[in-house]
Amino acid sequence: MLIKKRPSWALSHSDVTPESVYLDRRRFMGGVVAAALAGTGLPRLVDAAAVPVQGESLSYTAMPGFSTDEEKTPYEDVTRYNNFYEFGTGKDDPARYAEEMSVDPWSVTVEGECGRPGTYSFEDLVKPHEYQERIYRLRCVEAWSMVIPWIGIPLADMLKRFEPNSRAKYVYFETLYDPDQMRGQRSLFSTIDWPYQEGLRMDEAMNELSFMAVGLYGKTVPKQNGAPMRLVVPWKYGFKSIKSIVKIRFQEERPKSTWEMIAPQEYGFYANVNPEVDHPRWSQKRERRLPSGLLSPNWIETRKFNGYGEQVAHLYKGMDLTKYY
Amino acid sequence: MALPMPAFKGLVFLLALIPLLWLVVRIVTGSLGPDPGQEVTEALGLAAFQLLIVTLGMTPLSRLFKWQGWIRVRRMLGLFAFFYACLHLMAFLQFILGWTDLWATFTRRPYIILGSLAFLLLLPMAITSTRGMMQRLGKRWKPLHRLVYPAVLLAWLHFLWQSRSDITEMLVYGLVIAFLLALRVRWFGWRSLIPLRKPGA
Ligand code: HEM
Repeated sequence: MLIKKRPSWALSHSDVTPESVYLDRRRFMGGVVAAALAGTGLPRLVDAAAVPVQGESLSYTAMPGFSTDEEKTPYEDVTRYNNFYEFGTGKDDPARYAEEMSVDPWSVTVEGECGRPGTYSFEDLVKPHEYQERIYRLRCVEAWSMVIPWIGIPLADMLKRFEPNSRAKYVYFETLYDPDQMRGQRSLFSTIDWPYQEGLRMDEAMNELSFMAVGLYGKTVPKQNGAPMRLVVPWKYGFKSIKSIVKIRFQEERPKSTWEMIAPQEYGFYANVNPEVDHPRWSQKRERRLPSGLLSPNWIETRKFNGYGEQVAHLYKGMDLTKYY
Repeated sequence: MALPMPAFKGLVFLLALIPLLWLVVRIVTGSLGPDPGQEVTEALGLAAFQLLIVTLGMTPLSRLFKWQGWIRVRRMLGLFAFFYACLHLMAFLQFILGWTDLWATFTRRPYIILGSLAFLLLLPMAITSTRGMMQRLGKRWKPLHRLVYPAVLLAWLHFLWQSRSDITEMLVYGLVIAFLLALRVRWFGWRSLIPLRKPGA
């Protein structure tokens, strides 16, 4: 069973425990130790307290049919441990430095093979849509994974409004480029040719799973996770889910993605989660579902298309996925 | 230098223990983040690499400050580097691999092979670091311990190979290593860097 189709009476996370309570539990032991250390006069080394969910509350409809009921990765892990190289290559750099980026106002340029090109404000882009909540698995190419409750809009619904024409075979996305706000872009020895670029085949973009997220855990998406608007393509490795999007272009020729340009033998354009195709430096057969423990590592088997084969396998019929990785 | 030798040695010993103690603190306080196995493996690898470089710095320091104390702590620092490399390897096997996929990992992944080669070069040096071994090997001891040069270069390549996009950190370490090796070339000539060369040849 890939995505659990739950009956309509099934609860989503927002109906159950308030996040703050639920987050507190996990860090409780850490907190006890930290408090003990503080009591002995040693400097308090960690802020072991849970991080309350930040941002503005969004109203949305839970979509159990598009949601897994696996245990969610706590908010503080989702928001304090991730890759967003625009802010540095460390896993904690985004949480530390993303505040330097301003996301209000925000606009997105739409261009290429479509009937309604132009520059749209963030508000104009999202206004006509109702938000949904989808709890998706996210599998990083580095062999760790999370389960994240996203709030957003089906990508197809948003893209259709720009009226892509018959020459639109691919859709290209671009992240903000602004070294003044994004310190990772100021690095002299980065091999990334900014801005960060990604792309999807049109049928992939129009697949019902493709999602434009504007929030997580019920509130606006934090800057480190790609505010104000980011892609979520859950059957592909995380780097396909491009963050802080400022440009969308419909085009006939296949775009190249940033990681494909840096290391084509390691990262392909399709980047579908696939346990049968190893990364040259590590196996993709398993993943550490975060949070993982030191003594009880949370290893799980990686599933083809990240477990979303039912919805997307048909997109790749007849393709040799060891060649088009 | 005014510091008496035993105090200096004790101080260096404690300093070399810091990476381990810091890790223990982070484990106990649960502040390693959501992927602690990865974090521990990286921290131990980095400690091994940094200590190896520090070890290489002792000969230049003793020449610059004309003080033998630096040379006297060199063995200890080298052994600490080896100690962290052992922990790094164990952490990798336990936390990252979970003892699966061993054959493919050690035969097919170039950066793992480089790290393993670096480790294999450190091994004979650690074994022959005792006073008894030094006497036993006599003139052959020094050429054997020049394996530290290829070892540090292999470790650097092992590190460099892991860079995904930004190599700033690797370049900084590379410059430090290059500087330390260049000093030796200047003082003792190129041939002083070649390991296992017969003494006097
Ligand atoms: C026995 C063989 C070795 C194996 C299998 C091995 C494996 C690894 C692995 C898998 C990583 C990546 C850690 C991660 O991202 O989870 C790593 C990182 C590293 N290793 Fe090794 N290693 C070995 C030996 C060594 C040695 C001998 C040194 C240095 C003396 C070393 C220095 C490093 C450094 C500096 C890093 C990078 C840490 C960072 O990212 O900050 N390794 N090693």
